[in-house]
Amino acid sequence: MEIGGEYLEILGSSILMTDYLEYSNALFREGLLDGQFIQLQMLRDDSNPDFVVEVVTLFFEDSQRILNELSKTLDEQNVDFKKIDANVHQLKGSSSSIGAQRVRNACIAFRSFCDAQDVESYGFCFFVLFPDQMCLRCLQQVKQEYLLVKNKLEALLRLEQQIVAAGGVVPTLNDVS
Amino acid sequence: MGCEMESDQPEDLDVVLTSMWPEDMNEAGRQFNVERPGGDQDMLEEVTINKEPNIVDFQRLMELTNYSDKGNWQLAKLVKNWEFKQANVVRLLKEELDQLSKQQQEVELKKLEILEEHRFEKDGYGGDKRPISILDENLRYLYQDAPKRRKDDVVSQGEIVAIDAEYDSVVYWKQRAMHLEKLLEASLQREQVLVEKLQESIESLERQSTPVEELSQVLKRADNFLHFVLQNAPVVIGHQDKDMRYRFIFNHFPTLGEQDIIGKTDVEIFTGAGVKESQDFKKEVLERGLPAKREITFETELFGSKTFLIYVEPVFSKAGETIGVNYMGMEVTDQVRKREKMAKLREEIAVQKAKETELNKTIHITEETMRAKQMLATMSHEIRSPLSGVVSMTEILATTNLDKEQRQLLKVMLSSGDLVLQLINDILDLSKVESGVMKLEAAKFRPREVVKHVLQTAAASLQKLLTLEGHVAEDVPIEVIGDVLRIRQILTNLISNAIKFTHEGKVGINLYVVPEPSDVNEHGSEKKSRDQSTLSANTNGNGHADNSPSCEESELNDTSCDQNGDQMDQDKESRMKAEERIVWIRCDVYDTGIGIPEHAMSTLFKKYMQVGADTARKYGGTGLGLAICKQLVELMGGYLTVSSVEQHGSTFTFVLPYKVSSASDSDDTEELSDTYQLGDDGYDDDLNSGVFLFPPRTLGTLFSSQINGRIPKLLPNSYGNNCNDLLEDSPLPCSNKEGTSEEGSDSSGGAMETASSVPDIDNIRPVAQQEQETASECSSTNRTGVEKSETKQHKILLVEDNKINIMVAKSMTKQLGYAIDVVSNGAEAVKALQRSSYHLILMDVCMPVMDGLQATRLIRSFEETGSWDEAVKAGVEMETTSHQSCSTSQVEETRKRVPIVAMTANTVSESADECYANGMDSFVSKPITLQSLKQCLQRYLV
Repeated sequence: MEIGGEYLEILGSSILMTDYLEYSNALFREGLLDGQFIQLQMLRDDSNPDFVVEVVTLFFEDSQRILNELSKTLDEQNVDFKKIDANVHQLKGSSSSIGAQRVRNACIAFRSFCDAQDVESYGFCFFVLFPDQMCLRCLQQVKQEYLLVKNKLEALLRLEQQIVAAGGVVPTLNDVS
Repeated sequence: MGCEMESDQPEDLDVVLTSMWPEDMNEAGRQFNVERPGGDQDMLEEVTINKEPNIVDFQRLMELTNYSDKGNWQLAKLVKNWEFKQANVVRLLKEELDQLSKQQQEVELKKLEILEEHRFEKDGYGGDKRPISILDENLRYLYQDAPKRRKDDVVSQGEIVAIDAEYDSVVYWKQRAMHLEKLLEASLQREQVLVEKLQESIESLERQSTPVEELSQVLKRADNFLHFVLQNAPVVIGHQDKDMRYRFIFNHFPTLGEQDIIGKTDVEIFTGAGVKESQDFKKEVLERGLPAKREITFETELFGSKTFLIYVEPVFSKAGETIGVNYMGMEVTDQVRKREKMAKLREEIAVQKAKETELNKTIHITEETMRAKQMLATMSHEIRSPLSGVVSMTEILATTNLDKEQRQLLKVMLSSGDLVLQLINDILDLSKVESGVMKLEAAKFRPREVVKHVLQTAAASLQKLLTLEGHVAEDVPIEVIGDVLRIRQILTNLISNAIKFTHEGKVGINLYVVPEPSDVNEHGSEKKSRDQSTLSANTNGNGHADNSPSCEESELNDTSCDQNGDQMDQDKESRMKAEERIVWIRCDVYDTGIGIPEHAMSTLFKKYMQVGADTARKYGGTGLGLAICKQLVELMGGYLTVSSVEQHGSTFTFVLPYKVSSASDSDDTEELSDTYQLGDDGYDDDLNSGVFLFPPRTLGTLFSSQINGRIPKLLPNSYGNNCNDLLEDSPLPCSNKEGTSEEGSDSSGGAMETASSVPDIDNIRPVAQQEQETASECSSTNRTGVEKSETKQHKILLVEDNKINIMVAKSMTKQLGYAIDVVSNGAEAVKALQRSSYHLILMDVCMPVMDGLQATRLIRSFEETGSWDEAVKAGVEMETTSHQSCSTSQVEETRKRVPIVAMTANTVSESADECYANGMDSFVSKPITLQSLKQCLQRYLV
């Protein structure tokens, strides 16, 4: 501390930046995020520095709402699969926009069941026999993925904020590939 | 005598039932005369009765009875029976005799008594007549049945008494004499009675049957019984000697006389099937000496077709030799027939059962197959989602900074992924069609547009030097109703197939109207087919004659070509005539390719089949395409055929019925004329130009406008919106402007260098545009800045319901320098469009309230008709005021075709095809990236 706050600050922020990069790389590696997240980051500019945070926050809010709705719908006596499908579609859209790849994939799987529910030709299917169970399972999957990506994203965003607070510049993530 | 009996026979038979016994038969007293106690055979000879139905060789019968054991035994039995009867009679007679001799003794005793009495009277001169009378009485009584001989004795005794009585006193003697006279008289009387009795007795004795009589009785009885039993039985009984000559035959329904049968063999008597067989059978029995049965079917002139069950037994002589056969045949034709019927029925049942089993098996197999198919479909469906994820990720990856090698790898990845996706889509389509789930849409579409789009798309991805051409006959309606998605799919399939197998020359589409099928096989030119259809229209003769395509066509042509005054009336008339009519449109997809060998024709439309294994290796593909085409065409009520000459090319032809809504057609034509008057020729020409030519794309011609002359129909001014159509279509391979590297041609990547001249919507020349299209994907990065400043005034409408997506898209457009309006569903988009005009609409497909496809349709409908009626119908609350107050110029402006770009998530329900079909111009995949958005905006907003 005594040696010089500024230096420490710089040091700190560079450590933070390395952490940030490693952390985000890990997220990409694990498939939690995809290129779309980079797109978001690319959209962040001086006029709108908090863009990513805003979008991600909106995503959290929206997703939480949708998940609650889904749970509620599935609790009902007569499950309205159309409603479920619409909600999952929403979640799929948001998650793919945010780059939350695994949530998106879970949604795709979920929806494929909903499709199967609609189309008679796929009659022989576990889902058709026990649609609500299948939906519950899918929902759990989606929730799990969501919570995972939420924690990670929150951590990542915290790191970003720390970097900003430390006076650093949030590094632009290059393509992971 | 035999003859006599013969004649008696019928009556006898009638009587038989009530009384059968010998007494009745005995009327003929003559039988007594025939007493011949001697030989049995003689008696039988006499007795055997020749009845009408039986025909007998008596000589033979005698021989039989003499020489065969059986006959012997039969006679012995008869004799024994007779002897027993005789013994019985003897016993009875003996008993009677005993009784008689006893009576005789008693009489003798009495006589002695009388004699003693008389002697005493003689001695004592007196006699009592009373005891004598009493005795007399007794005698009379006793002697009633006594034999004649003894009566004689008594008479002689009586004479003696009378002589003795003359010795005493006169009175006494007188009295005595009188008394004796009386006695004598009585005695005489008795004698007479006895004589009568005797006579009677003799008679009755004589009447007692002789052995002959007795035996004949028995035989006759048996015979009668037999006749009684057999009188209606369908039997034939016979005896044949060892030469197979008939010696006896009983046949209740004879067709031949005795003389025709006796002494002859079967073969001599009648001919036909079965005769020989029966004779052989009898011979066999004769030789083997064992009785046997057999069923023989006769087919003779004599009694037609009859089946007999024949029992034949050998007859042995006493020495043990076979001397003939007895046979008995029973007619069993009916039974045999029944039996055969039963057998046949059983057989049929068996066959039925076998069939049933087979069917069950088939059903089982079919069910299994169905299940397998469903599994396949389900799996394909499951695979598709993640796979499309992979593909879209790859696409995104392709937009990032990659080196050359990586790009190459990605290219392979993409094409492989696309291939798998296509395969899965094919499988899904097939299983949908097969399981009947495939639903056909009925929507208005423009055949010319479809042909053009398909050719454009094909031309864009064309990697060979081929000419692609399309020709739509004038008689094809401008708008028809059908499932455009599927039709486009068929066309695309056929075209890409044709391109695949064609290495030089051309590939093309011909579209023309044909009369209702059955004789559409002829490959006619457009002109010819038109004639045909006209002809059919004229000859149709039914109430709908006026609705036939050709009439309609000619009207359409009139309206589009001439602007005569009375044409409107015609329209109205035609509108009056019918709401809907069916038009059959034939589509030929021809090529100058390798052709199809004849032997492969049959398997051509089968699934997973390609002409040959080597073909599959050489050309790739799943072999599902044609099968899908065929199924789709058939699903839509048409048919798909192919003709081909090896090494010269193939022509795939499908003929489909389309509905034509006359009302809408007239609307169109009116609208058309409007546009004409407004001077907006482009629209009209677009509708009617039926010729599309895509010459081989070579480096030299890429930017030359020399070709213009070749396709006059596509000349300037005519294009307006088409330009967009053309541009929109293609995630096309983009050839470098510099023409240096062809290898980078297929990526839709934005990193590519671009053609500097972005097409000018209003002034583009069609051909140039068509070439341009190849380069259309490209955008020049170094122009971005300029665009940014230039494009500020462009108004973009984003239709999207997802907040996050909106946020991202907004941010992106902002970064690209555009401002956008956002609405959250299709209905709002329609309303927004009503309020103000936009230069571009980014439209999410899947949205609540109203989806992007419907919204697009409504917008397009407005653009075509100038009214929001459709939207109102669809339930959008329109702000009427603003609509009404629109000035003409405003209308004009609004009604320019707004480019609508779909934002799709690459899912089943959001396929690119569907977007096109609903009037969208292009699409960007979601999640949108800055790059894809930039390309899109640059393409439409210049």
